[in-house]
Amino acid sequence: MNNSSNHPLSLSLTALFTASLLAGCGEEPKPAPPPPPPSIEIKIGHLAPLTGGIAHLGKDNENGARLAIEEANAANIKIDGKDAKFIMLAEDDQADPKIGTTVAQKLIDAKVVGVVGHLNSGTSIPASSVYSAANIPMISGSATNPQLTEQGLKGVFRVMGRDDQQGPALASYLAANNKPKVVAVIDDATAYGEGLANEVEKFFKGANIRVLPREKGDDKRADWKAVLTKIKGRNPDVVFYGGMDATAGPLLKQAHELNMKAVFSFGDGACTANMVELAGAATEGMLCSQAGLPPAAASRKFLDAYKARFKIEPIVYSPFTYDAMQALIAAIKGANSPDPSKYLPVLQKIEFTGATGRIAFDEKGDRRDAEMSIFQVKGGKLAPIAIIKNGKTVTFDEFMAQANSAPAPADAPKGDAGKDAPAVEPAKDAPKAAAAPDAAKK
Amino acid sequence: MKANVQSKGNALLPAWRNRPLGVALVVLALLALPFVLAGAGTAWVRITNLAILFVLLSLGLNIVVGFAGLLDLGYIAFYAVGAYVYALLASPHFGIHWPFWAILPIGALVAALFGVLLGAPTLKLRGDYLAIVTLGFGEIVRIFLNNLGSPVNITNGPRGINRIDPVTIGDLNFARTDSFFGLAFSGPVKYYYLLLAMLVVVIFINLRLQNSRIGRAWEAVREDEIAARAMGIDTTRIKLLAFAMGASFGGVAGGMFSAMQGFISPESFVLVESVMVLAMVVLGGMGNIWGVILGALLLSFLPPILRFTVQPLQEYFFGRMLVEPEVIRMLIFGFALVLVMGFRPGGLWPAAVRKRSFSGSGGGAHD
Amino acid sequence: MDIFIQQLVNGITLGAVYAVVALGYTMVYGIIQLINFAHGELVMIGAMVAFTLIGLLTSLGVPGLPAVVLATLCAMLVCALLGYAMERMAYRPLRGAPRLAPLISAIGVSIILQHLALLVWSRNPLAFPQVVKTESYALGGAAVTNIQIGILAISIFMMGGLAWLVYRTRLGTAMRATSQNPQMAALLGVDANRVIAVTFIIGAALAAVAGVMVGSYYGIAQYTMGSALGLKAFCAAVLGGIGNIPGAMLGGILLGVVEALGAGYIGDLTDNVFGSNYQDVFAFLVLIVVLVFRPSGLLGERIGDRA
Repeated sequence: MNNSSNHPLSLSLTALFTASLLAGCGEEPKPAPPPPPPSIEIKIGHLAPLTGGIAHLGKDNENGARLAIEEANAANIKIDGKDAKFIMLAEDDQADPKIGTTVAQKLIDAKVVGVVGHLNSGTSIPASSVYSAANIPMISGSATNPQLTEQGLKGVFRVMGRDDQQGPALASYLAANNKPKVVAVIDDATAYGEGLANEVEKFFKGANIRVLPREKGDDKRADWKAVLTKIKGRNPDVVFYGGMDATAGPLLKQAHELNMKAVFSFGDGACTANMVELAGAATEGMLCSQAGLPPAAASRKFLDAYKARFKIEPIVYSPFTYDAMQALIAAIKGANSPDPSKYLPVLQKIEFTGATGRIAFDEKGDRRDAEMSIFQVKGGKLAPIAIIKNGKTVTFDEFMAQANSAPAPADAPKGDAGKDAPAVEPAKDAPKAAAAPDAAKK
Repeated sequence: MKANVQSKGNALLPAWRNRPLGVALVVLALLALPFVLAGAGTAWVRITNLAILFVLLSLGLNIVVGFAGLLDLGYIAFYAVGAYVYALLASPHFGIHWPFWAILPIGALVAALFGVLLGAPTLKLRGDYLAIVTLGFGEIVRIFLNNLGSPVNITNGPRGINRIDPVTIGDLNFARTDSFFGLAFSGPVKYYYLLLAMLVVVIFINLRLQNSRIGRAWEAVREDEIAARAMGIDTTRIKLLAFAMGASFGGVAGGMFSAMQGFISPESFVLVESVMVLAMVVLGGMGNIWGVILGALLLSFLPPILRFTVQPLQEYFFGRMLVEPEVIRMLIFGFALVLVMGFRPGGLWPAAVRKRSFSGSGGGAHD
Repeated sequence: MDIFIQQLVNGITLGAVYAVVALGYTMVYGIIQLINFAHGELVMIGAMVAFTLIGLLTSLGVPGLPAVVLATLCAMLVCALLGYAMERMAYRPLRGAPRLAPLISAIGVSIILQHLALLVWSRNPLAFPQVVKTESYALGGAAVTNIQIGILAISIFMMGGLAWLVYRTRLGTAMRATSQNPQMAALLGVDANRVIAVTFIIGAALAAVAGVMVGSYYGIAQYTMGSALGLKAFCAAVLGGIGNIPGAMLGGILLGVVEALGAGYIGDLTDNVFGSNYQDVFAFLVLIVVLVFRPSGLLGERIGDRA
């Protein structure tokens, strides 16, 4: 993009060019031409599948991270006295573990100082050891498998809640509100779907609720009638499916055709607007969970900026990759150095309010006190109905009422929060907590 | 750019064998290669290593498809078996940490056993019926790997097996960087040399096999099974041998894959991978060891090369990315398959015997 | 018992979908012994074209059913053209080549079609317009929808039409002649290239219908939908005896029922050691067992050693 001034078509591209300059967009490792000479280029990688079945989610992730980069560039951040230009190198890992490690190496070769990604746990886990060996911090915006941060690797973070936080949150909500006697659990036999389904099942069993033997499909299945018919014969009150919207849509539609009366619930992979489109009227009343705060609650600003920049609505994980990228940039800013060995300690202790709520990491690299949101489809729209934090449930309306009465949360991350990071933030009162780093902002 | 890739394929056919100087130069070039590649980025060394793995796989499949003429669409299953044998015997999953030189032969043996298991019931089947059964076999193996995480956790299901031990020989750990003679040998570089050594052994075995009694028996079965039986060839035994030998190469390659990746999951062993290996064999020229190697290298390097070129080129010419590199890469791959088959149906570098046997049946229809 | 009937209904509908797709495989295989790996992609293209057109037509105020019929006809036309182009460019140059060559070519075509579709229709799963409202009827305790009945009726109709074409018309005679001995057929005045091209065109048009059926039934269309479906349909064709039209129907229905019953009952029969997760294993095992005992499929004749 920086070459367009040399290009014969540059006249016609001038508008585009200036626009993109303003936005600070850039993804090519070429020297940039900002006027003041002492400038510093900081490359950050982003990885997600851009081809294959969930490529639309991958693109969404990339957009979120890109937005954070562009905002940082527009903010004229100075690092070590120099103008910092943040460059995002976006790679396609094809959701394939083998490709994942190769492109991870490619980014390391390209001298990235940090990485946002990957989308899938299946690619994040093998790639994490490649980054760790090169001492490059990674933050995943969407990998939920607990294994990722249980490997004992340094510099592996995630801003998304883990399966063993999201699963129990949804299950506890269902147990409290629907009071099921029998629950059926289905998954798509992927690391994500099975992992989440296991956590949901574990919670129900722990609550002495009968769980039917697990049913499985795969991530390409369109026909769920056989499995659903079998389940229907056992009359569950609640059905949980761990999988993505592309399979969850047909599943729910077919359950409707079979006149199943159970309440259907899903994890974040099927907690999307597309889900409502795919299964149509069948989605009415379905429940689903997302790890983190719904963007609508946490940051209107993110939503507006995303829509203005990409002309579409965010799908699921882009607020998380946006926050992940913000965290990296804030840590670099806080340490006043893009050197991973310098900014990693800052990143470890970082604390700010992002698009998905408050971001802070525990010693493993997991998000501390991650909020979980429960959504329901009402009148054909996916709407948040409850927020769960530290095992406590608050309805969404109450939550918003509190949020509106609280002072406007700080959207700009602060990197120097390291020294005064509270060990435990005030529980149950998320918006107040969100206001806390305001004090640290000086 | 499209034209580039394809014309390159056609130019790669000179006979360079039986030239000691040439061979010496090739050996030197191969030895120096990782350092040249590392200059361009360690990612290229990793890509080369994966390419060598696919050469090993293709050579294994070539025994079944090329030598013995048995169409196998589930070959990746053996690769999976080898990979899982290694992963289970050298990872914290079961807490077993055997050395790689002990596991690789076990992996090869278990894979060979699976080869016989597949071969035995399908001996009567021919052509496409065999293809579909082998395809089903490949899927069955993958589904089992994906589901044996419960009720007894054997494979850890779709979550895969993590923290697999790297190869270690004595004090030499292949996951770390060492320096010898003032040169830094990173992990991927060491794996390159190990794989290269394996490749030489496998090529040697293949060359010997091809011209052995067994190799000729395979050829006989491939060309005319009934006549072969009439000539006193034990077709049952010879076919099973092909399955077992082909499978064992796949098993070794799988073990190396496990060690290099450190993480495996059933996702890496899907049908598309079988198809890809088959495409390598057929595109290169099945039955011809050098052709198969060429096919495997081309198809392994084409995607990363495109990945590294398409995006910058588009940004240069259009100022932004119009079509994602992945899509272009796959489109070029698809067109390459169609065009190469259209113009050289025997593959880029066909086997001499094959050429003869098909020249009579209108093989040159469009020449 | 209700559940058993419901599972049968599920299996038969799924099987009818497999069968219609399997017809395309079987026709092409029957005539030139080629596994047209790209056939599944034609189903996908059919669904996608219909997706766009139904959306367009209904937005222009065309009522539901006519819009679907019109869109299906257009999709058939597009797929027929694609089928012809495919045969002309990818397969015709390979007549007489080693038999694996067209197979690889077919894989290439399949990759090309899939990614062209990605460029046109994006990679998102698309919500296939539900123009005809789904109605559920009770049938002996089982729920049957109007869409299911439609799918079954259309597939039987297509099967019958195809059988009539192949066994009762001049074109069909030419097809069978070409299939048995192309050289001899040519000597007797059959234009083999034309007959093969027509076979591809018909197979592709059938694929388009199958695409619309699948899209309407599952309510979803995505550029990857063709490959998984194609694989199963191919199994169905082989199960019934590839190259045999009633065989494709039988194979499809059988595979569908085996899958449904497998998912419904293996869990209980094996005390949940094996569950619905082994549904596909079950389907493939049946296929393998049938082939081991009847190496040419259920209704297949013994074909000569063409390999």
